[in-house]
Amino acid sequence: MVGSSRIGNIFLSPDSTLSNRTLRFLFFPFLLIYSIQTPLGAEQIFASDQGTWIHRAIRFWSFEDPSMQVILIGVLLIGINCGLMGGYVVTRRLSMFGDTLSHAVLPGIAIGYSLSRSGKEWGLMIGATISGFLGVAIISLLKKYTKMKVDSAMGLVLSAFYALGICLLTHLQQSTGGGQVNLENYLFGSLVGLSESDLPPIITCLCLVSVGFILLHKEILVSGFDPSFARSIGLPVDFIQLLIWGLLAFCIVSSLQIVGVVLVSALLIIPAATSWLLTYRMNHLLILSAFLGGLSGLLGCFFSFLTNHLPAGPTIVLCSTILFLIMLLFSPTKGMVPSWLRSRKRGNKIRIENTLKACYQVLEEFDFKKQCFPQSLLSRRRRKSDGEIEQEIDNLIRHGYATRIKSSSKKFGENISDTMISLTPSGWEVACRMIRNHRLWELYLTKKASYAPDHVHDDAEKIEHVLGEQAVRHLERILSNPRLDPHGKLIPSQDDIERGWTTGPSAAN
Amino acid sequence: MKASLPFPIEIHDLTVAYQQKPVLYGIDLVVEEGSLVGIIGPNGAGKSTLIKTVMGMIKPEDGYIKIFGEKNTKSITRIGYVPQRESVDWDFPVTAMDVVLMGRFGHTGWFQKISKRDRNFAAECLEQMNMLPFANRQIGNLSGGQQQRVFLARALAQQSDLYLMDEPFEGVDAVTEKSIVDLLKQLRDQGKTLMVVHHDLSTAQEYFDQLALLNLRLVAYGNSSEVFTNDLLQKTYGGKLTVLSEIGGRKFKDRQHLPKS
Repeated sequence: MVGSSRIGNIFLSPDSTLSNRTLRFLFFPFLLIYSIQTPLGAEQIFASDQGTWIHRAIRFWSFEDPSMQVILIGVLLIGINCGLMGGYVVTRRLSMFGDTLSHAVLPGIAIGYSLSRSGKEWGLMIGATISGFLGVAIISLLKKYTKMKVDSAMGLVLSAFYALGICLLTHLQQSTGGGQVNLENYLFGSLVGLSESDLPPIITCLCLVSVGFILLHKEILVSGFDPSFARSIGLPVDFIQLLIWGLLAFCIVSSLQIVGVVLVSALLIIPAATSWLLTYRMNHLLILSAFLGGLSGLLGCFFSFLTNHLPAGPTIVLCSTILFLIMLLFSPTKGMVPSWLRSRKRGNKIRIENTLKACYQVLEEFDFKKQCFPQSLLSRRRRKSDGEIEQEIDNLIRHGYATRIKSSSKKFGENISDTMISLTPSGWEVACRMIRNHRLWELYLTKKASYAPDHVHDDAEKIEHVLGEQAVRHLERILSNPRLDPHGKLIPSQDDIERGWTTGPSAAN
Repeated sequence: MKASLPFPIEIHDLTVAYQQKPVLYGIDLVVEEGSLVGIIGPNGAGKSTLIKTVMGMIKPEDGYIKIFGEKNTKSITRIGYVPQRESVDWDFPVTAMDVVLMGRFGHTGWFQKISKRDRNFAAECLEQMNMLPFANRQIGNLSGGQQQRVFLARALAQQSDLYLMDEPFEGVDAVTEKSIVDLLKQLRDQGKTLMVVHHDLSTAQEYFDQLALLNLRLVAYGNSSEVFTNDLLQKTYGGKLTVLSEIGGRKFKDRQHLPKS
């Protein structure tokens, strides 16, 4: 096996001191970058392969290499497993808890190691699970018997257990001559070390997690959403919580091999957080999260293999982060880009409506006797420069709301070169609607909400754009189809709007 | 005689303490079937605690509670519960329909799936609260009043004989408040028993048939018109029984050395 032959070769060089090591852990983010240049602990999958990237890509996706198959299956299963588990961790707001647990298992691994004297034993699993539970117990004890808040308790347990684990593992390494223990594998993960004998624990864990969640779906759901109600129907909420912690510990331990203590919580949190952006149903969230977990595992492996020098574990985490960013930006309902586009569209609509409203008011000044008017009147009313109004008119014309007529403006006795504007029937309709909405709302505020007439304009400026037809009907009903607004101006009626481009609203009706 | 039937709630000499501070002290209360009881009292009077203790979520220091003549752990499926709105994580990925279905969980065994009939029934309950159009909305996207309606629909789905509600009128609009009151009276007319924590004194007498005035001790219990008097309200809201709440807790400290009651 490629993996098992290499696992022993990479260990701490005897001269690197503990303080040096610990410093590096403190500066983990920098270490990540550093480790890309010098293959530290987080190692790439196969450094030996040569050839173009296309060859490597083909070789990767053809799944020919047997040791590669093991790694891919392992990564896929762990991705799915962490994704599923993460769905519960994230929705129950246990993310920090997952992080703490992943660090708290380290002393257990060291002790399990020293007892079983090999890296691939169930003893390791058991030791890690016990150590994880001990960490959890200490957190709840601290919470119960001291004034400590849960975040500080987690921080304390996380760092204390982590430090203890590193000390124990380093000691073990030196006392055994450094032959068997590979500290960095547990800190940063090592895909190369993954062999067939690692698969059974992973598969067992996935089975436990998925069977548990299928059978107990409704119990877990209700105790996560509304614990006091769950208690009221007789569910053992604390036991269910304990069960989830147990599965979580098991899941973390079985994933350590791939991404290591430091990054395993990323595998738990990121796919689930991504899914939470996309759905609001628990079962959809779980399926999606499992899928994304598996996908980022495969992609991470692939890129690590392709580039030949990226460490696999961090690459997997980066892949799932990139998936998260893509969803954050482009998810149809909650994504930032779609919602930015929507708000831009709304902004444009409001601008158009405001221009059209001003057009109506200009026409109103002429008592609707003229069908077209000079552009300068519009810029005066909008209190904007000619250039800006030019753009607004262009915008209207693009949407088919207005047309430009080359001047015959002598009639107005004004600027000869002035461009004449005329509204199209659809432009007239929108303009009428906006004026109606505005004046109707002003009337409503003065009549029914006892506003002073000089206070209603600003509010109506905003409401006019969001008043739907249904609300308009309602307002017309409670104001009994009014014709005049608080300032004595005509409110265009439905008739005026539907009659289209005529000589303006008829006061006679 | 009615006495042959077990009472929905029978509380005997109940004392509850949080960290050795008594919250309820020596409560005796018997609620008859078909009662619509409002629990009123100042903040920290133990109103929610009383309900949670009846539900069996809090273990009492002294005394016992019987629900329909049995220990409350046995008759849990006969109780429907509407918790306080703050106790829920509103961002949780569940829809209104999912929440109402939770009302059926008590009738469905472990490992069993929710049946089609349960789904239909849950839909009926939503319909009754006028919330069916919102069935597929995420619960956090509903307004406070709508969320409360969903909670009540869940309580309906539980088909219980006894309902315990913790401040169902908290943070709801007038229309929802009216429909909740209608629902409470309708349930009472069906012979169900209801006990509701309430904080608004101005409506207490109008909404409930019976009132329990609570402040550490049960100050009074009886028909609203008889109990809702200035005198008793003064006694309830007039201030804490400081000595009782401070000294009374001492007996829990060395409980094992004191004679059993």
